[in-house]
Amino acid sequence: MTTVIRYAIGEAVRRKVFLVVLVLTLIFLGLDALANHYIFGDLSHFHPPEDVHVDVRTFAASFVIGMSMFATLFLGVVLAVFLTLGAVSGDAERGLLQPIVVRPIGRRSMLLARFFAAAGVCVVYVLVVYFVALVITGTEGSWWPHSIVAPGLLLAAAVVVMTAISLLGSVFLAGTANGIAIFMLFIAGLVAGLLGTIGHALGSHTISHAATVAAWVLPFEALYQDALHQLVAGTHGFTTFLLQLGPFGGSYNSGWGVRGWAAAYLVMVGAAALTAFARRDL
Amino acid sequence: MAAALAVQALAKRYGKVQALHGVDLEVADGELVGLLGPNGAGKSTLMKIACGLVRPTGGSAFVNGARAGTSKARAGLGYLAEFFRFPGWMSAEELLTLHQQLAGSPGGQDERTRLLELVALADARNRAVEAMSKGMQQRLGIAQALVGSPKILLLDEPTSALDPVGRRTVRELLEEVRSRGVAVLLNSHLLSEVELVCDRVVILLGGKVVAEGTTAELAHPRGIEIETDQGTRLVEGAKREDTPALVQAEVAAGRKVYGVRVLSSTLEEVYLEAVQGETS
Repeated sequence: MTTVIRYAIGEAVRRKVFLVVLVLTLIFLGLDALANHYIFGDLSHFHPPEDVHVDVRTFAASFVIGMSMFATLFLGVVLAVFLTLGAVSGDAERGLLQPIVVRPIGRRSMLLARFFAAAGVCVVYVLVVYFVALVITGTEGSWWPHSIVAPGLLLAAAVVVMTAISLLGSVFLAGTANGIAIFMLFIAGLVAGLLGTIGHALGSHTISHAATVAAWVLPFEALYQDALHQLVAGTHGFTTFLLQLGPFGGSYNSGWGVRGWAAAYLVMVGAAALTAFARRDL
Repeated sequence: MAAALAVQALAKRYGKVQALHGVDLEVADGELVGLLGPNGAGKSTLMKIACGLVRPTGGSAFVNGARAGTSKARAGLGYLAEFFRFPGWMSAEELLTLHQQLAGSPGGQDERTRLLELVALADARNRAVEAMSKGMQQRLGIAQALVGSPKILLLDEPTSALDPVGRRTVRELLEEVRSRGVAVLLNSHLLSEVELVCDRVVILLGGKVVAEGTTAELAHPRGIEIETDQGTRLVEGAKREDTPALVQAEVAAGRKVYGVRVLSSTLEEVYLEAVQGETS
């Protein structure tokens, strides 16, 4: 299995996947550093809402970190999709897959290796970008969130879920079609989060409930909301502001329920991918 | 002892298309069998089922006694697909190393060197696949199929991109592989190649075996050509066994016999007759 993991990573390096993501990441971190510099250079322009009883520094820093977490999630999903979108159908169409799966290693190990390779790379990537963004805000704003590690781990878990979905999609769809489908799912999740925020603002239980259901159907969104919640869960005076942290979905305390569901979801998606791949003619 | 490849009543349906209709085929150890047929006859499907790439809808296929598609079956075969591609960034050496690891081959550097020499790519061992010609890639593909010393080789159009020298290299390679007891199932449209190297041929048409045997068994007698001092004449319908009597008659008639040739149909004629002119 380690052979296929090394092969998959080598293939990603060769296809310049990492280069593209590295460039995007550097642009994002550069802009993040610039934004932090100007925000914390003069905090007098910022005024927290009246119902949020926190100091302006906490308000600005948590807001910026919330935004950077969304960007980290987005970049992590881009990396996950690029690493897996053509893992089965795409490679089979190009004739790259057949010489490998006729070897004794077999399809199950091949698919699991592709998942571990992509998930491993994405977890490391998300954690690194998350912590760098955190350090930028922490250094510029002299503010650190209540929980530092948990939001990063939840964000990484959200990307791992997307990796699994993309791998499942690659069994059925050609590379381009799968890439489009996965990004549409990603956007659907984000829209669900946005809907939740709107529902809460309007006081509509129906809209909020629909958003919650959608977030659980696509648990990467629920994990992202959980990560936002973990960021400031222990900060006094933030309770009413929690819903406004992220641009596509506020923070929700789903607790261990959503984490357990995400783990089960991952197992189900993985099982579906393995079963479908085992039955697929190449 | 189990045959290298044993296929019984093998059937495969892709949607509405029945690609294979109950094919029976056996390849013994050390036997080189040519698989012929027009495009769409089911040759590649048969090979893919043997490799475990495609699931049959009926019948059975066994590789070295193990059901096709199982890990045990895959461990004993080498396969070169008709349409294959290797990662362009890998060198020949790296590609063979990758396949050694996937096949669990302990051959190491010695095996890689031997295989690259066998396919005349020893000088290109460090060249990236993307810098190789199609013919070189095809020869590398054959080397890749031989990694781990498989008991049976399944080659789907292995010489389609090769020039005459490359084809000769592959032909010699196949003969050497056979001499080591490795069975080969060779799918090729190059009838002259098949005629030169194969012990037996199987002709598929519309997913069914329509002819099978050695080239001699499949060939039809076309008569005997006798060259005498009065010219060359063809005795149509005469068979090899008739030769002594024909020569005797010529001599008795006072003619000097310079040469006698027993004529039989070529593999191409056998093939065209078997497939009834169908092309795809």
